[in-house]
Amino acid sequence: MTSPLAIDCRNLVKRYPPDVLAVDGLELKIHRGECFGLLGPNGAGKTTTVEILEGLLPPTSGEVEVLGRRWDHDSVELRSRLGITLQQTYLPERLTVEETLALFRSFYTRGRSPQDVMKLVSLEDKRQSWFERLSGGQKQRLAVACALVGDPELLFLDEPTTGLDPQSRRQLWEIVAGLKAEGRTVLLTTHYMDEAEKLCDRVAIVDKGKVIALGTPRELISRVVGREIVEFAALSEGLAETELTGLDGVQAARKVADGWALTVDKVHVAVPALLATLESRNVGLQRLSTHSPTLEDVFVTLTGRNLRD
Amino acid sequence: MRHSPLTLLTLARIRLFWREPSAVFWSFGFPILLSVALGIAFRNRPPEPVRAAVQEGPGAAELVKALSQGEVQARLMDQADADTALRVGKVAIVVCPGSPRGYEFDPTRPESRLARVVVDDVLQRAEGRVDVSKAVDHPVTAVGSRYIDFLVPGLLGVNIMSAGMWGIGYVIVETRTRKLLKRMVATPMRRSHFLLSFILMRLVFLVLEVPVLLGFAWLAFGVAVRGSFLLVGALSLLGALAFAGIGLLVASRAQNTQTVGGLINLVMMPMFIGSGVFFSAENFPQAIQPFLKALPLTALNDSLRAVMNEGAGMMAVAPQAAILTAMSLVSFGLALRFFRWT
Repeated sequence: MTSPLAIDCRNLVKRYPPDVLAVDGLELKIHRGECFGLLGPNGAGKTTTVEILEGLLPPTSGEVEVLGRRWDHDSVELRSRLGITLQQTYLPERLTVEETLALFRSFYTRGRSPQDVMKLVSLEDKRQSWFERLSGGQKQRLAVACALVGDPELLFLDEPTTGLDPQSRRQLWEIVAGLKAEGRTVLLTTHYMDEAEKLCDRVAIVDKGKVIALGTPRELISRVVGREIVEFAALSEGLAETELTGLDGVQAARKVADGWALTVDKVHVAVPALLATLESRNVGLQRLSTHSPTLEDVFVTLTGRNLRD
Repeated sequence: MRHSPLTLLTLARIRLFWREPSAVFWSFGFPILLSVALGIAFRNRPPEPVRAAVQEGPGAAELVKALSQGEVQARLMDQADADTALRVGKVAIVVCPGSPRGYEFDPTRPESRLARVVVDDVLQRAEGRVDVSKAVDHPVTAVGSRYIDFLVPGLLGVNIMSAGMWGIGYVIVETRTRKLLKRMVATPMRRSHFLLSFILMRLVFLVLEVPVLLGFAWLAFGVAVRGSFLLVGALSLLGALAFAGIGLLVASRAQNTQTVGGLINLVMMPMFIGSGVFFSAENFPQAIQPFLKALPLTALNDSLRAVMNEGAGMMAVAPQAAILTAMSLVSFGLALRFFRWT
């Protein structure tokens, strides 16, 4: 009786007395073999949700099924089928890479050899190095390696690249892409939009303990934001929102720090219309740019806030 | 090839301890340094002479002469100087010439009472008193009755206590604070293996600590074990288990290392003072003796001393062994019940 879902979580609530509601009726269905991203600002409830799914935290209420099993019945079996990394990785400071992996490997009855995973995360040169002497990126790769020694079907990666340099991030992305290619299910949390767009088949945007949007990154962007973003700033333009949304090809307009951001579906129509309007008012442009919308724009559009606020 | 998780966990604990120079110093170097320092400070010296002042007055010079012939250091002083010398402890007694002779001394100070007896004895003999019966002195300094003989079993006990409390209690809380405990609990690791690895690590180091400290005390000070080595080992083992249990118990709930540090000091301080490490616990009032006897460190120190210094056998230390066993069982039971895993 294998469930097609890797994770099925219904109406999940986590309350910390007296008055913190960390997770507020969260729903999540993650398919086997997909790489799923939980996105949201700090404090949105991502880590709490993930720790409940990992069986490390009891929910206040709600239903959680992982790989068709429940934590209260099958925790031993589940533990051997999952691999996890926590948000911050502290492994024993003065054990070597090899010793750490051998230790974690010993907890699983079946799995991959330490040599194997060391190779997978490119830490063979560091096998004799103590954890405390590794760089941030190497520490994180070792954490991922520890999650892989049990040959898990489902991987939880909680903010795997937070605080890493760009090169280390790309290295980790390659590792995650490789895991996905092997058919493993990956649930990762992040507040980096580029990470989610690059790695995830589907994403859920979480805010204040709830899923506020769900879909593939492309889908979300075109549904919530539109095709293209045009940003401009002009001195004392005195424009009203309705005026801008009335322009040909413009779907939405919103005020940003020093100007406006327009969501457009046809840049080649919208931009000339905008320029004509400004011309007619004799207003000089200070800045004009267009970019493809990102998940960041999705979040801003949905909540009116920036992700890293 | 896959090794047993318990073996690897224990190996990891041993490596982590061994790679931390300060931990190694505190459990091996420090007790040795302490025994050297205290052994030197309290080494056996030739008997101290009795120091006396003789107040100026008629016949004072004769008194000084008589005393000096009888192993008493006597000096002539005026009244004010003599009083000061007595007060600050430069002399133990002031002799006032006259008839009758006066002795000024503080009867609460043992050396003053001794001086009173010696001075009077010397002066009476000088005046012609004849001893009623003859006695012969046989001076003896017995191994096993020196301060260092008292001290070494106490240091061994303290060492076993601190290693258990800090090496298990503190390290577990550190593991919990750094979320490493959470990470390990997220694997299929058996929780009993995790806790057992700490205890096995302690036992491995016990096998090193006891011979190192006792071997050093024997080489440097001639401190010998009169009873059975095996019994010393068995008592150390029971002590290590009891303090491992108490270490687990203080670590069972604590969320940060400051809390557990405070708890450890709270538990250890009364035993440092009341369990007869540096001085005998018999100095405390009778009323609290039953309480002191029930402390695990008292049980460990008393039984180690009995075996090492008096050659006591198994039956003689059975009560202390029972206290240590009970303490281990109770503390392990409570610790397992209350342990906070995530």
